[in-house]
Amino acid sequence: MGDQQGDATQGETGPDKTAPDDATQGETGPDKPATPNVTAGHFDAVVVGAGPAGSTAALVLARAGRSVCLLERGPFPGSKNMYGGVVYGRVLDAILPRWWEQAPIQRWVTRRSTMVMTPTQSVSVDVRSRRWGEPPYNGATALRQEFDSWLAAEAVAAGATLVCSTTATGLLQEGGQVVGVRTDRPDGDLRAPVVIACDGVNSFLAKEAGLYHHTDAAHFTLGAKEVLGLERTEIERRFGLVGREGADLEMVGCTGDIPGGGFLYTNLDTVAVGVVLSVHGLAAAEVRPEHVIADLKAHPHIAPLLAGGELKEYSAHLIPEGGYAMMPDLVADGLLVAGDAAATCLAAGLWLEGVNYAIASGAAAATTAADALAVGDVTARGLAPYLRRLEDGFVLPNLRRLRRVPDLLLSARMQSSYPAIVCNVAEHLFTVTDPVPKPGLLRLARRELAAAGVRLRDAGRDGWAAVRSFG
Amino acid sequence: MATVEFRVGRRPHITVENDICRSCTTKACVTACPADLFTPTADGGILFNYERCFECGTCYLVCNSQGAITWTYPDGGHGVVFHRS
Repeated sequence: MGDQQGDATQGETGPDKTAPDDATQGETGPDKPATPNVTAGHFDAVVVGAGPAGSTAALVLARAGRSVCLLERGPFPGSKNMYGGVVYGRVLDAILPRWWEQAPIQRWVTRRSTMVMTPTQSVSVDVRSRRWGEPPYNGATALRQEFDSWLAAEAVAAGATLVCSTTATGLLQEGGQVVGVRTDRPDGDLRAPVVIACDGVNSFLAKEAGLYHHTDAAHFTLGAKEVLGLERTEIERRFGLVGREGADLEMVGCTGDIPGGGFLYTNLDTVAVGVVLSVHGLAAAEVRPEHVIADLKAHPHIAPLLAGGELKEYSAHLIPEGGYAMMPDLVADGLLVAGDAAATCLAAGLWLEGVNYAIASGAAAATTAADALAVGDVTARGLAPYLRRLEDGFVLPNLRRLRRVPDLLLSARMQSSYPAIVCNVAEHLFTVTDPVPKPGLLRLARRELAAAGVRLRDAGRDGWAAVRSFG
Repeated sequence: MATVEFRVGRRPHITVENDICRSCTTKACVTACPADLFTPTADGGILFNYERCFECGTCYLVCNSQGAITWTYPDGGHGVVFHRS
């Protein structure tokens, strides 16, 4: 396979130059020479998937002095990826200090809105902070094609070998031990003592290894979005932003009969608007995802924000919404699983995070792999410290603490009853009823709960579940 | 969907077993597929176009008939290419 390295990315181009600071051109493109540590398809480690988990894993292994092959089935890193979404960079501070000076960021999120809506009403909690627009920043919007290519280029700069346009078709196993991967290239077997599967939400490698004990569609949501082109200054005017400030709007109550939510993110000169839909609910509703997006775009409080936007790209991707509840086993003999493949996704309403969990799990897997290679024990036992590393950081503590939230958010009461109750109570609260004296807030709430057919006992139980998770 | 780039490979990475589809009562794939690639045919089967697939996996998740959908990733370098997502 070594002599095919030059072919791997031949004739391919990097992502479109949609931002002025595309850091990856020329580094992962066709002119990149094969790195010297390519030796006839044998590496210390093979990392499958050059998304945030895989590129971080390759970066950490390369820095530990290990030869590592980073496989990507797309023509360039990020070409198969889409998300909402926001990148929360704190996890990068230790890996790439002052990452914000190089990372291809679209906008720094200085405005985070949560909107609860009905077809004609909405109530927003609009949180804004100037501090989020200054180093070290909080969240950023970024295009995955640019961000993932940048992170992969960092791995290559550290010594990893990136091989694009190559699909890992299966695991190489000997006596139950994973010893590499098969690829779709001729003579494309890649042998390595350790394989890190960062092959995304469908992770066929983790499934082949038997690490997923079940695949329940109830744990998945479908994310579908449109990227709409708008003048940069127009985006800033409509969302009240200055310079590189950005907005993140999360919505609930906007997906009709399908449990889910909506989102709207500002890029530099595009706006991403879309929905996240329960896969079960989508199938049952017999409604097309793009129609749900169209309804959201037509909402009276969203439409003015998007008016005149020109469709640039429509995309869709599955989300391992269940998080902790759907996590597979994370290690096998010779194999570690990270990122969406490991369902390290926090879909907890108030917090919607994934890229940072992918980066953290990729780094933890790679550190574990480097230690295991050093002592010569790459069995599941030798790789078991991966779990402890995920426990010590934020990944498992947060996912476990919030494990009930995805189900709570997709429940019927949270999806339709509560948004209507909140909107009605708020509307009545600010509707002046002269000459009738003002009703009390509690009376309003009780009346709306009753009108929506929600029992106090159930509302109390949901409130308690929320307090237990978020409190 | 004319906005998305596809580098179509020769091998259909997803195949649909029409004999099984004909007995399917829900055909959830028809509406759930975000790329709108599953079309019911007059004889009760499914016409499927792999060429404009997002490779998301929704179809096999919603499929309620074992073996009706065979799902793999396209060969390396082929399939959907996102640029602005």
